[in-house]
Amino acid sequence: MSPLTLVWANLKRKKLRTVFTLGSVAVAFLLFAFLGALGRAFSVGLEIAGADRLITMHKVSFIEPLPLAYVNRVRNLEGVAEVSHQSWFGAYYQDPKQQFGLFPVEFDAQSEVYPEYKVSPEQWESLLNTQAGLMLGRAMANQLQVEVGDRIPLSSTIWSQQDGNQTWDFEVAAIYEGKADGSDEMQGFMHYDYFNESRSFGRDAVGWLVTKIEDPERAPEISAAIDAMFANSPTETKTSDEEGWAAGFAAQIGNISLIVRAVLGCVFFTLLLVAGNTMAQAVRERTGELAVLKTIGFGDGRILRMVLAESLTIALLGGVIGLLLGFGFVAAVRPGVAQFLPGLAVPPNALVIGIVLAVLLGLVTGLLPGIRAMRLKVVDALARI
Amino acid sequence: MSAIIDVRQVVKTYRKGKEKVEVLHGLDLTIERGEFVALMGPSGSGKTTLLNLMGGLDQPTAGQVEISGERIDQLSPARLAKWRSQHVGFIFQFYNLMPVLTAQRNVELPLLLHKMGGKERRQRAETALKIVGLEDRAKHYPRELSGGQEQRVAIARAIVSDPELLLADEPTGDLDRNTADEILNLMQTLNREHGKTILMVTHDPQAASFASRTVHLDKGRLATAEAA
Repeated sequence: MSPLTLVWANLKRKKLRTVFTLGSVAVAFLLFAFLGALGRAFSVGLEIAGADRLITMHKVSFIEPLPLAYVNRVRNLEGVAEVSHQSWFGAYYQDPKQQFGLFPVEFDAQSEVYPEYKVSPEQWESLLNTQAGLMLGRAMANQLQVEVGDRIPLSSTIWSQQDGNQTWDFEVAAIYEGKADGSDEMQGFMHYDYFNESRSFGRDAVGWLVTKIEDPERAPEISAAIDAMFANSPTETKTSDEEGWAAGFAAQIGNISLIVRAVLGCVFFTLLLVAGNTMAQAVRERTGELAVLKTIGFGDGRILRMVLAESLTIALLGGVIGLLLGFGFVAAVRPGVAQFLPGLAVPPNALVIGIVLAVLLGLVTGLLPGIRAMRLKVVDALARI
Repeated sequence: MSAIIDVRQVVKTYRKGKEKVEVLHGLDLTIERGEFVALMGPSGSGKTTLLNLMGGLDQPTAGQVEISGERIDQLSPARLAKWRSQHVGFIFQFYNLMPVLTAQRNVELPLLLHKMGGKERRQRAETALKIVGLEDRAKHYPRELSGGQEQRVAIARAIVSDPELLLADEPTGDLDRNTADEILNLMQTLNREHGKTILMVTHDPQAASFASRTVHLDKGRLATAEAA
């Protein structure tokens, strides 16, 4: 027998209560994992924003276009590694209410600026050689139920072709996967040339520029240089780093995120109180046994460690079960909500933070009963048996 | 014989609300090594209080308690706990076994406080259970044992770390006559054959007759002492 045998035997004393306590801790940590995933989903733009990318848009509004010629002018600036551009296509498949992000881009520049999208070399080659080629994120392809080689007509809420038709024919040439967990796979990209040559209006304009710079520390300086280049022109610009740009978007849904976090946080905290109370009760019930242990020579420190070991075991076991369930739950619901929350994924550090939290929970819930057990006066406790 | 217990001018006072209650009034008692002493007296006479002081479970308000030449009234709580684990075995009226552990593991409990491997702990517990005649009940839980068997396991737990002194508080108080006699015979064997010094608190004159000496306590003072 080892001291841990005693700890384990005590946990098995009232199996139902231990199971319920473990259950409540597990639910709390399941919520913790889900909360983390939700929080991440709301701020995924910030998380995946590159420190070395700048976004340049029309000074007046995001929806005002920029001249295509700006791309080369920015490209020639000192300190700029590459410039890509994107536009909003407003795509949907069959149902106009199911719009998704489809961006006309120049793929060579795009791949330099956004190296985080993984595509096989064969698909990439095929994409570059197919005028109406489409590159979709894996989640988007799953939702549209298409695979590489499929043809798909997509409509635009904004852009019509020269014949007036708002439905554009595409061939799925590549399907990408994000290199980072939580990358946005609910979008797609098309050739800018196909878009530009076919559209009925707005030629040689782009939505915004994405500039990759060589030294992230020079971001403020290069941003200022870009805006200065187009100052006093008919199309003035506003440039910011990608994180700042994404933060502006995130702020629009910030309150929803805060409310969801607050509600789940309260539930988590309440469950912790319940678990803590149960652990305290479990120790109170064993006053007599603790007195006997002290009588035969178990010191105060050993008694405290024993109680802490019990609460830590419950917290860690419940915590790990809850976190694993949380990972499983998020993975299960992710495909279903990918359209609205493309970044829904448990943060990579959630496991470590969760385990640290579980250890803290074990210590906090075990400390008070442990100190009480430690301070127990043997003579008084024995007299009560 | 040399004295194993030497209690000198011991006073013990408790606080009951605002009132101070003196339970022991300058008591002197010496017990020789190898004795089996019964401590008798009416309720409230201070028997258990004296036992607790000699077992290092409580500290005297005044006076000194010397066990095997060591002043235990001067030890810190931590050193006292260690001292108890090495020098005293306790036997309680209601056995006080851990209900979640088997007999074998209950007996092993005090050995967790000693530096030894699991195998040695197991072997020593088996030996202790054999001494009390319960080697065939090692895997049984307390709920699966009779009162007499539970008390035997408690005695095995008390002797497993081989202390020289056993302190028993009404060890037969919860047992029928026959079972009580069996337990008392066992204690007598431990005293005579294994050399354990035993101090037993009891109300029962029949139980006291198993001891080599009986000490009477009355209102916190030693009344009389008689040899068996």
